[in-house]
Amino acid sequence: MATAGEKGIGRLFVIAVPYLWLLVLFLVPFLIVLKISLSQDVIAQPPYAPLLDLSQGWAGFVDFLSQLNFDNYVYVLDWNNEFLDAYGSSLIIAAVSTVLLLLVGYPIAYAMARAPRTLQPTLLMLVILPFWTSFLIRVYAWIGILSQDGLLNQALQALGLIDAPLEILNTDLAVYIGIVYSYLPFMVLPLYAALEKLDGTLLEAAEDLGCPPMRAFWLVTFPLSLPGVAAGCLLCFIPAVGEFVIPDLLGGSDTLMIGKSLWTEFTVNRSWTASSAVAVLLLIVLVVPIVIYQNIQARQLEAGK
Amino acid sequence: MAKTRTQTIGAVRRTFSPWTDATATPLIRFENVVKRFGAFTAVNNVSLDIYEREFFALLGPSGCGKTTLMRMLAGFEDPTEGRITLAGQDLSGVPPYRRPVNMMFQSYALFPHMSVADNIAFGPKQAGMAKADIDARVEEMLTLVKLESFAKRKPHQLSGGQRQRVALARSLATRPKVLLLDEPLGALDKKLREETQFELMDLQMELGMTFLIVTHDQEEAMTVADRIAVMNHGVLVQVDPPAAIYEQPATKYVADFIGDVNIVECVVDGCFGGDLRLSTPITPHPLQIAQGDAGGVKTGDKVWLAIRPEKLRISLEAPDAAAGNCFAGEIFDIGYLGDLSVYHVELPCGTRIKVSQPNLSRMVERPISWEDKVYVTFTPHAGVVLSR
Ligand SMILES: Nc1ncnc2c1ncn2[C@@H]1O[C@H](COP(=O)(O)OP(=O)(O)OP(=O)(O)O)[C@@H](O)[C@H]1O
Ligand SMILES: [Mg+2]
Repeated sequence: MATAGEKGIGRLFVIAVPYLWLLVLFLVPFLIVLKISLSQDVIAQPPYAPLLDLSQGWAGFVDFLSQLNFDNYVYVLDWNNEFLDAYGSSLIIAAVSTVLLLLVGYPIAYAMARAPRTLQPTLLMLVILPFWTSFLIRVYAWIGILSQDGLLNQALQALGLIDAPLEILNTDLAVYIGIVYSYLPFMVLPLYAALEKLDGTLLEAAEDLGCPPMRAFWLVTFPLSLPGVAAGCLLCFIPAVGEFVIPDLLGGSDTLMIGKSLWTEFTVNRSWTASSAVAVLLLIVLVVPIVIYQNIQARQLEAGK
Repeated sequence: MAKTRTQTIGAVRRTFSPWTDATATPLIRFENVVKRFGAFTAVNNVSLDIYEREFFALLGPSGCGKTTLMRMLAGFEDPTEGRITLAGQDLSGVPPYRRPVNMMFQSYALFPHMSVADNIAFGPKQAGMAKADIDARVEEMLTLVKLESFAKRKPHQLSGGQRQRVALARSLATRPKVLLLDEPLGALDKKLREETQFELMDLQMELGMTFLIVTHDQEEAMTVADRIAVMNHGVLVQVDPPAAIYEQPATKYVADFIGDVNIVECVVDGCFGGDLRLSTPITPHPLQIAQGDAGGVKTGDKVWLAIRPEKLRISLEAPDAAAGNCFAGEIFDIGYLGDLSVYHVELPCGTRIKVSQPNLSRMVERPISWEDKVYVTFTPHAGVVLSR
């Protein structure tokens, strides 16, 4: 009996660590942001009210609750204030980028999984290699490549392919290029993990039963790589929605993304409360695909594969 | 019902021997086929003819190249040298999906994302069969392998033997001209295996398919096959009908690989027509062996005498001199197998001989016991003299 109890405590401890981590580093900060989003701007330090005054005890808490209001949400969700446009455009940019990433990443992952075993660790290293340089520097480098007199335009003009320099920098196209470039490893790695596991004799069996290789890919390889596709898409889509650096550096003034709006609201308009509301709404928007993903995963786990 | 089936099989099989017919053209021809993986030779200069409607078994130790031989026929490996033809057509360069050959994989290779029914329907779908026909075929195959109630399950929800049966059903579903079965029944229990063996023979006969089967179970090979090929280190050692493989092994290796055997090293003392007189250190008396054509051995040659345990007789009394060949020894061990008992007899020189005798009565007390002095006798026709 005593040992069972000890075991229970041991198990509790093992489970408690990650939960404690999530509690301290995710849930508590989120609650703080949520609280700020339900407050009002004041010219003070910090620039919002109400504050939770714990020295007042229960009465203080009730007072605090009564002062919470949803004005910031009304403000953010007002069609006149561009936030809804920014949410929409962020989702579209992230979705398009994810599709592009899948189109670029799948062949890369496939080729890696099909490469000779001895070569695969090297290829894996090459995919991860860009992480050795700061993300910011790599995005800045794209300015040098994409600008009017940048490397790309110089090269295309030298080859005689174009007469006038292409305007790529400060457009949505530059944002797509930046996102696809930066997020590619997050797409390739889960796809590679899924494709590498694939049993080659399954393709032989398909061919043996009269299925040409191309069709075997769609009937066997692709369905079996779907968990990797789902993981890669979510790993790219979720951070891409909130992306700030890439649209800020590569996008134009009319590139509307929620990360940029949040930044403007926070630094230029100095409204902590409204920017917190933007952040809370963004989280809610992203929770939906995460829940869908977990549903898929749970179902696959149930199916045993 | 089962009896009539066996009778028809027997009737057809008695007369089926195209390999003895010089005018018959083989369906599958391996011509001097060599397969090397780097410096390792997995299949070494194999020439083999397999005839239409033949049930052909490949036997051999693990790693001797059986699967490699099949994979070359299915199109997954290219021969390093030599060529393979099917119905006269050279198969080199023909991709697997265009060959009228199906393979049941040793590892089953079932599609994990498809149900049992979808796995079986895969081949017929690729062949462009009509939906209703596919459904009927799937139903028929499920009945054949006794998995009717498992159609909707995924492969991971099945036991090992059930998976094996799905793999068998899948490979049979397209009714290929040639079916390659790589250890198709290894995971089944004895009873189900025997039933499935007969189902396979039935089906093969009914559909006129040609089967090439790999098995580690000699009894299975003996039961199902018209001919057996014994392989060792990538080389075909002997290709013959089961009875010939068992009674007339070509080499010591084959004799030892198929069934139990006693192998005694001898020297030829003299040839008298087809009969040989052999002397051996394990007994003071020379042995008289009838060897039909004497197998090309001559006086003074070193040879091996191979005798199956069931062809030896054991007795407690000394036989009279006319009884033929005789060893005297002592019972060292007795193995009781139910239908028969195997006696291990130790001769004075230390050599041990295995003798098996059917247990004809239900007596619990056996007349022959440990450390008894016994005499082992055999007729001149009981053993076969091998020169390799
Ligand atoms: N792709 C390969 N590369 C290198 N060696 C191989 C390859 N495939 C098979 N071999 C070798 O060739 C030999 C024959 O293999 P094969 O699979 O044909 O054996 P097998 O007779 O089917 O054995 P088992 O009864 O264990 O299935 C083995 O020694 C194996 O290691
Ligand atoms: Mg094998």
